[in-house]
Amino acid sequence: MVKKIYFNSIFFSFFFIKEAFAAESGGMPQLNPEFWVSQIFWLILTFGIMYLVLSKLILPKISNNLETRKSQILENIEAAEKQREDSEAKLKEYDEIIYKSKLEANSIFNQAREKAIKDISAKRAVLDQQIDNEIAEAEKEIDLLRKKAPEKINKIAIETSSELLQKLIGAEINNSSITAIVDDLSKRNGDKYYGN
Amino acid sequence: MAANPMSQFDVYRIGPEIKVGALDISFTNASLFMILSTVSILIIFNLGSNKNSILPNKIQLLAELSYTFVSKMISDTAGSKAKPYFAFIFSLFMFVLFCNMFGMIPYTFTVTSHIIVTFVLAAFIFIGVTVIGFIKHGFGYLKLFVPSGVPAVLLPLIVVIEIISYLSRPISLSVRLFANMMAGHTMMKVFGGFVISLGVVGGWLPLSFSVALTGLEILVAFLQAYVFAILTCIYLNDALNLHH
Repeated sequence: MVKKIYFNSIFFSFFFIKEAFAAESGGMPQLNPEFWVSQIFWLILTFGIMYLVLSKLILPKISNNLETRKSQILENIEAAEKQREDSEAKLKEYDEIIYKSKLEANSIFNQAREKAIKDISAKRAVLDQQIDNEIAEAEKEIDLLRKKAPEKINKIAIETSSELLQKLIGAEINNSSITAIVDDLSKRNGDKYYGN
Repeated sequence: MAANPMSQFDVYRIGPEIKVGALDISFTNASLFMILSTVSILIIFNLGSNKNSILPNKIQLLAELSYTFVSKMISDTAGSKAKPYFAFIFSLFMFVLFCNMFGMIPYTFTVTSHIIVTFVLAAFIFIGVTVIGFIKHGFGYLKLFVPSGVPAVLLPLIVVIEIISYLSRPISLSVRLFANMMAGHTMMKVFGGFVISLGVVGGWLPLSFSVALTGLEILVAFLQAYVFAILTCIYLNDALNLHH
């Protein structure tokens, strides 16, 4: 019963609302055909113009923009990739050059060292030779001097003793007898003085 | 503004009466909002396509996102054969979307809340799709009404149902959009009227409903434009790629 009253009230309220609308503007304005032709005309006009402008002018531009952006981005990526590869190759080249130059520097250094060592040893050999030669010469001279020394001393001794005798005695004495005495003495004492 | 929730759908003449023969093509508020929608679409997309920078500015991004959105929608539903109809579906989607959205501004008129507007659009789509179907497939397009794998006994019934469903396409397409727009706007108006009639004391509840409904209606405005466009794509798909 309550339900029935409820539904009845809803039904009547709808009826009432409809009545109210009818009183104000005659139902749904959408179903009033007064301006249908006008709406159709303006719809076709505005939509048609919009469609023409969009399809002929604006949409091709947008699609062109999208295409160019896409291709440009792709190109840029490709270029970047290429440059990366280039730089990697260059880096490799550079590393190789550095490695090679290191090797070269090493070999040059080694060569220079060997050469220097060779030079030094050659010079040292020459110098050694010279020194040896000089030493040998000096020794020879010394030997010569040593050999000659007793004779000179003998001579000086003969001369001084003859002069001494002359001053002491006042008479000339035969040089040969003095020479014989000095020779005899020096032969006897030579070992003592010269260490021969 | 009258308290009647339907008075917002009233069409009235702006300026003088224009008549071509017996036909009244006067400039009305509906015409005004059609022009507003189309002009704003053209301005936005013109601004969004004028400059081509690698990093798009906001309006260019908007235009390009809309472009790719519609283009993806078409290629997903109707395949690559639908490419020539891209401009039409794009304009259709944008027109319905902008008309719906303009209707969400208070004191404006919603063009798409009128059955005659949506019906003209839907009828044009229906006729266009049918013509395309007959051009592409000749009388083979009639095979659309004969689904494969149906028992011969059921065939007469199925064919009748298919024909009815095909013929009801423009009606369902137009009524869906019109009814959604009308219902939503009526409801908002009704809740707005409740706010006034219940006053400061009791008006807060309908006001909160009104706020929530506004959000919902913005969603519906977008969704109905999308549905309208995607159903067009589906009908186009039937005409382009006959699957039966």
